[in-house]
Amino acid sequence: MKRKWEQFKKSYLLYSFKRDPVAILSFCVLVLLLLIGFAAPLISPTNPYDADSIDIMNSEIPPVWSEEGVEGFILGTDVQGRDLLSTMIYGLRLSIVIGLGAVMLQALIGISFGLLAGYLGGKIDALLMRLADIQLSFPYLMVAIFISAIFQIVFGIGRYADLAVPLLVVIIGLAEWPVYARTVRAAVIGEKNKEYVEAARVIGLSKRIIMVRHVLPNTLTSVMVISTIQVANAVMSEAALSFLGLGMPVTRPSLGSLIRSGFEYIFSGSWWITIFPGILLVIFVMVINLLGDWLRDVLNPKLYKG
Amino acid sequence: MPHLLEVKDLEVKFALRFGELTAIDGVSFALEKGERLGIVGESGAGKSVTGFAIINLLSKPGYISGGQILFNGNELNNLPDSAMRDIRGNRISMIFQDPMMTLNPVLTIGTQMVETLQAHRDISTAEAEAISLDKLKKVSIPSPGKRLKQYPHEFSGGMRQRIVVAIALLNDPALIIADEPTTALDVTIQAEIIDLLLDLCAMENMGLILITHDLGVVSEVTQKIAVMYAGKIVESGPTARIIENPQHPYTRGLIKALPGIISPGEQLYQIPGMMPTLTNIPAGCAFHPRCTLSVPKCQTDIPDLLSAGGEDHLAACFVTAGGA
Amino acid sequence: MFAFIVRRITQAVFVMIVISLVGFSIKNKIGDPVRDMVGERVTPAEREVLRDDLGLNDPFLVQYARFLKNAVRGDLGLSFFHKKSALKVIISKAPATLELVFVAALILIFVSFPIGVFTAIYPNNWFSRFTMSFSTLGVSIPVFLTAIMLIFVFAVELNWLPSYGRGETVNLWGWDSGLVTADGLKHLILPGFSLASIMMPLFIRLIRSEMMEVLETEYIKFAWAKGLHRRRIWLLHAFKNTLLPVITVFGVQIGIMFAFTILTETVFQWQGMGFMFLEAVERSDTSLLVAYLVVVGAIFVFVNTVVDILYGFVNPTVRITGRK
Repeated sequence: MKRKWEQFKKSYLLYSFKRDPVAILSFCVLVLLLLIGFAAPLISPTNPYDADSIDIMNSEIPPVWSEEGVEGFILGTDVQGRDLLSTMIYGLRLSIVIGLGAVMLQALIGISFGLLAGYLGGKIDALLMRLADIQLSFPYLMVAIFISAIFQIVFGIGRYADLAVPLLVVIIGLAEWPVYARTVRAAVIGEKNKEYVEAARVIGLSKRIIMVRHVLPNTLTSVMVISTIQVANAVMSEAALSFLGLGMPVTRPSLGSLIRSGFEYIFSGSWWITIFPGILLVIFVMVINLLGDWLRDVLNPKLYKG
Repeated sequence: MPHLLEVKDLEVKFALRFGELTAIDGVSFALEKGERLGIVGESGAGKSVTGFAIINLLSKPGYISGGQILFNGNELNNLPDSAMRDIRGNRISMIFQDPMMTLNPVLTIGTQMVETLQAHRDISTAEAEAISLDKLKKVSIPSPGKRLKQYPHEFSGGMRQRIVVAIALLNDPALIIADEPTTALDVTIQAEIIDLLLDLCAMENMGLILITHDLGVVSEVTQKIAVMYAGKIVESGPTARIIENPQHPYTRGLIKALPGIISPGEQLYQIPGMMPTLTNIPAGCAFHPRCTLSVPKCQTDIPDLLSAGGEDHLAACFVTAGGA
Repeated sequence: MFAFIVRRITQAVFVMIVISLVGFSIKNKIGDPVRDMVGERVTPAEREVLRDDLGLNDPFLVQYARFLKNAVRGDLGLSFFHKKSALKVIISKAPATLELVFVAALILIFVSFPIGVFTAIYPNNWFSRFTMSFSTLGVSIPVFLTAIMLIFVFAVELNWLPSYGRGETVNLWGWDSGLVTADGLKHLILPGFSLASIMMPLFIRLIRSEMMEVLETEYIKFAWAKGLHRRRIWLLHAFKNTLLPVITVFGVQIGIMFAFTILTETVFQWQGMGFMFLEAVERSDTSLLVAYLVVVGAIFVFVNTVVDILYGFVNPTVRITGRK
């Protein structure tokens, strides 16, 4: 373990990271946001989920620096009277959890399928890739929206809201696994013909061991490259679903739900309910994208064009 | 009476992030109307760069840092782009190495030929097509009428190169620069293209600069040779004399390496070592690390091109051409 | 070419079958056609009779076959809420969405192509640098946020453009069009821009990188060597080669745009198919949902197939081999 750390410290990755101010800045902001999200209960001024602490009379108070601002509510309050800053922090946490969870699910399914398809080839490959292709011919957002819609009808709105977090993880995870599958499969096919695989086969190792212990680690660079984009996508998908009302409910809002609830009030002048969560969301997604760009350039400039 | 083409002390540098590299270091030669010159050397010697420099088509970090290029007495190297356009494809044509890559895959042969004519002359498409057909016949393309509507991928490598030659001929240029025109082709096709170039140049009295690493081809086609090494000309003169009696150790090595000279069963000769990259050019004579004749002076001083056995025959070597 | 088209169409049919199967399964397991027809106030006994009558207790495949038969005739079931044929409801909402996508596509093409080409030819220009750094930001802003901000700036603060609805539409042979009235066009601007903004950063990047690659090719260099005018080189020789990959991506992106109409229509209260879809979800109108799936699925398959076939026309090399 210590050796790996030593290796990492000397690696090209770290070297180019230290020389890229954009990467460093993005990384710091990202870590900060992650910390804020995970430490939500500790640092948030109020607990927006505690029904007792919310007074509907407090709704739509503007940020503290404007005329009608109130001391305790730094960024103002939302339509239900909750402190906007607290709700945003909790919302960020939800976005992080769902984003990461969905990507892990996608990766799990996608990598397994891609590994099997790429290494075993033949009918399994054809079947899995057909499946992936058909699903890929539809935009992932559409798939996610559709699955959410069906789930909402099946479970009913109440139960759907209760199960929202795991359901969203499942929905977004199911919607995007083909990306991982395709990428891993391509990498596996590239590795399959290399000598170390033949050597392993000659020794008599089982297919499973070769796939998991030998080929898989070498495909991880491509996985890393697409993972950042996928996390950004997952966060945006969750925001989109919540905005449509198919995601996190108003009682436990994510950033997307907040934007939704604040939207109608833009016309009556309460712009902060939509704008602040919006800014937070954009910053969060942008630092992920920037880091992803840098990672892509460092690992392999030609790997992922789009 | 000015030369058709005269290159005087041409210098080409590449401006890179960590400094400047000299690709061509003081190259001079001249060419008369209808004359055929071969520029010979290994890859990286700077031959192609010379060709591109003449029509000012150097790829981005490259630029002409010194010297003069005179075409019929008129300076080329400082011409504005619009004037240069008049020359390219019109008075001086260029043929590239790989016919697969030279023709635009999404445009028909006809389009690519007609546009070359219409870019330089005010003629109708019908007239342009007629001229194109004529040139296609000249390069022996069968049923040229059908060809104009076809796409490059429908032709074989040899035919494509013929088409490229035809395009080069369209505006009846005074000079053709052929950059490794046969390297990417099969050996049998190579001979055809070389013969074609030879015939056409003789017929139309066109000048030809043949850039190649293949001494064998050069010996058949050209009247003069310039041998390049690491950005400089190390030997130049009439073809026959250089082949018969090479003065520079590098040229001698090249000729020795020609398969035709060796008897069957004998080991093929190879000049030991490799040509230096642009960043590693040795001090003194660039060839000295690989040279069997080198003396101490070769390591410190750069030899000039001096007369070596005949007035036109020049070589840059302290040992064989003097100046030691 | 013909074989290629046939193969593509067979593939399309196959995908449509899969879609119809998925749609039908959903309808069968989740939807309640009895409720769709007669509402909630029926006794369980009457329900059973109705179910038998409607053939709802038949085996799965029999029902599926019936579904397909009806589908081909244009009967995709009844919308519970609208009390009309689901297909009719969708068709009535389609013009709104189609016009929106059309306008967005136009905006996308007319903005991203020039910018993409410009930033490829002049990468160090201040405008190019600005655009490229802006693109990461652009990708990170979700479409609904862009829409909201556009509304906030142009409708609420500046009051230049309307913030919701389609405005005045004119019924042209059953198609409610907003394109022919000035008011309708004004209403199309903000939603159109919002929708186009999703794809713009991607497209500009794509066109730029493709163009830059093309500009480095041998055949472009040859075009310069022929002395062609630079505008012709950029806009014909280079651009036509850039089109090929861009067209494929464009086709796929049209599909994605459709998905995002759901979001855009929500923000702008645009009475199109996406808005209808969300209403159907809120009202648990399964028939309509499934009908939407089938129709939109068909549109995707159609667009993808057409794009593939078009690609075959533009890229001559595909036609001959029939393979990509």
